[in-house]
Amino acid sequence: MMMRIREFEDRVAESYLRGLTAGSMFHLSVGEEATAAGAGVAMEEGDCFTTHHRGHGIFLARGAQPGRMFAEVFGRTEGYCAGKGGSMHIADITLGHMGANAIVGANIPISLGGGFSMKYQKTGKLSVAFFGDGALNQGVLYESMNMAALWKLPLVFFVVNNQYGMGTRIDRASASLDFVKRAESFGVRGGRVDGMDVEAVAQSARELFSWSRAGNGPGFLIADAYRFYGHGRKDPSPYRDKEEEARWKLRDPVENQKKRLIGDGLLTEKGFAEMAAETTKEMDEAVAWAAKQAEPGPRELFTHVFVD
Amino acid sequence: MAHMMFRDALRAALAQEMRRDPRVFVIGEEVGRYGGAYAVTKGLYDELGADRLVDTPISEASVVGLGVGAALTGLRPVVELMYVDFVGLAMDQIANQMAKWRYMSGGKVKVPMVLRTQGGTGRSAGAQHSQSLEAWLAHVPGLRVVMPSSPADAKGLLTTAIRSDDPVVFIEHKALYAMKGDVPDGEHLVPFGKANVLRTGGSVTIISYSRMVHTAMEAAVSLAKEGLEAEVIDLRTLNPLDTETVLASVRKTQRVIVVNEAHRTAGFCAELSARITEDAFDVLAAPVVRITAKDVPVPATLLEKLSIPSAEEIVTAARALAGRRRA
Repeated sequence: MMMRIREFEDRVAESYLRGLTAGSMFHLSVGEEATAAGAGVAMEEGDCFTTHHRGHGIFLARGAQPGRMFAEVFGRTEGYCAGKGGSMHIADITLGHMGANAIVGANIPISLGGGFSMKYQKTGKLSVAFFGDGALNQGVLYESMNMAALWKLPLVFFVVNNQYGMGTRIDRASASLDFVKRAESFGVRGGRVDGMDVEAVAQSARELFSWSRAGNGPGFLIADAYRFYGHGRKDPSPYRDKEEEARWKLRDPVENQKKRLIGDGLLTEKGFAEMAAETTKEMDEAVAWAAKQAEPGPRELFTHVFVD
Repeated sequence: MAHMMFRDALRAALAQEMRRDPRVFVIGEEVGRYGGAYAVTKGLYDELGADRLVDTPISEASVVGLGVGAALTGLRPVVELMYVDFVGLAMDQIANQMAKWRYMSGGKVKVPMVLRTQGGTGRSAGAQHSQSLEAWLAHVPGLRVVMPSSPADAKGLLTTAIRSDDPVVFIEHKALYAMKGDVPDGEHLVPFGKANVLRTGGSVTIISYSRMVHTAMEAAVSLAKEGLEAEVIDLRTLNPLDTETVLASVRKTQRVIVVNEAHRTAGFCAELSARITEDAFDVLAAPVVRITAKDVPVPATLLEKLSIPSAEEIVTAARALAGRRRA
C-alpha cells in the first residue's frame, strides 16, 4: 500500500507536468505513507472518515480506485466527484469517505457528526477524522473533542503530524507541544506513535480504533511523520533546514519497511522488485484510463447544486 | 384547522416529522430540557427523549458541522442556531460544508439537513441579537433559504424543509412566535418556490417576506382607503425564488415596492430590484422602490423601531408611485 501511495502521488506530480491535470492545487503525501497505510488497515468496512487536503494516501488505503482518483484530479466525469471536487474534495460515501476538506480543521466537526451518527444508528462502527498538525490550533477541534467526550462517541482524531502547517514549523505555531495532554484534558484517550513506522501505526491505530468502536469514547492519535515534498507543487520549502530534511529522509517509511521485511525473511529483493513493477503497471493503466475519460460539458456546470 | 401560535405550528411540524421518521433529530443549544430559547421545542423532550432532542454546549461551528456529518451518513438533522446573529460563528460549516458537499461530490452525497434559526427586531435585543442576515445565506449557492410569515406557512414550510434532501436554512422571526393563525391539521406541506399572493390589486406590487409581509398588508389596507389597490406578495422562500409570480404581478401593476427588515446595502431587496429591472424594465412606470432597514447596527431599546420600515413609509412610497406614468 505504501508503494502504491507513493507511486500515485508521484504520478499526480508527473501528470501535472504532462498537462493532464485540471489545475495545480495538489498536496502530496510522500513521506507520510505509513500513517495512511497503518490507519487504513486498522479501519473496518462501515467506518466513516474525513481527511484534510493532503488525503490521497488515506483514501487509497481505504479502497479507492486509482483510476477514478486520477480521473478526478484530471477533472473528468468518471472521477469520484464527476470532476467537480478535484484533489482537495475527493469523497465517496460508499467507501465511508465523507470528503477531503480544503478548510483546515473543518472536516473535524463533520467527523464528529459521523461519530454521532454511528452511535445514533447503533452501527457499532467508527468515525475517524484525519488532519494535519496545522489543524491542532483550530477551535473546532476542541469544540469537537469536548462533545465527543461528553457523549462518548466512537470517534478518533488522527493527526498526521508532518511538522509543518504550510511553512510554519509546529514549534513556531504551538506554545505547548504536548498534544496528547491537550486531548486527555478533554477526556479523550490520547496516544502518540512513530508515523514513519507502518507497523507501529497499524498497531496503535488498531488498538485505539477497537477501543473507541466498542463504545468507550473518543481517542486521539498523533503520528509523527514528515512531508518529503513541499506544501504544494511549487514549494521548494526554503523555510526548512536541509539537514532536518536529510535526517527525516533517512527514515523513509517505504525503505525502512522494505529493509525490515527483508531482514525478517518475509521479502526478497526480487519480491520487492516485482511489487514495484506491479505498482508501476497499475498506475500506468490508471493514468491511461483516466486520461481517456470524458471531460464534463457546459451542462454539467449547473447539475448537482441541489437534489430537488 | 386549528387556531394556534406560530411557535406551536413549528412544534407541530417538528413533532409530526420526528414521530414519522426516526432519522429526524433536533440538536442545538437549549433545545431539550429548556424547550428552546423561544419555546419552539417545549414539551418534545418529555415525549421523544434526550437522544432525539440533543442539548449541546455553546459551540455553534461544531454543532452545525455535526449536522453535516450526520446528514452525510444517513440521518436528517434539524440543527437549531439560537439567533441568526450567531451565524458568523458557524459560517464555514454553513457556507463551505453544508452548502457545498452535494456539488463538490458531483452529486454522490446529499445533505438533508435543516438549520433552524431566528432573527429580526422586536425585542429591543440590541445589535447582536436583532439582525436580518438572510442575504449572507442567500448569496451561497447550494442553500435553500426559507422565511415564513404565518403559522400555517411555518408548519407547511418546515415540514417541506425536513423532508427535503437539500440543506435548508429556515429563518423564523422572533416577533412572529406569538402570532396566531389558522393552521391545517395533519400533514401540511407548502412547496418551496411558490410565492403567496396575499392580496390582489392593480395599482402597485409590494413584495416582501417574513414579518414585513404584515407591515406591507397594513400599508395595503390604508392604501385601499385612498382607492389604491396594492398587490401584496409573500415570497416565502428566497431560494428558490418565485420570479414567475413576481414578474407577472410587475407586468400587471408596472409599479413595485420591495420591503424587508434587512439593511439596504447589498441586501435581498437589491437582488429583487435588480432582477425585476433586468427582466421587466420595459414595463416599469418608475424605478423599483426599496424600503429596508437603515444602514446602521440595530439600536437597542427605543431607537429600534426607527431603524426598520414602517407601514407609513410604504404608503408614502406607493402614493408617489401611483402618480408615475411610463414615459
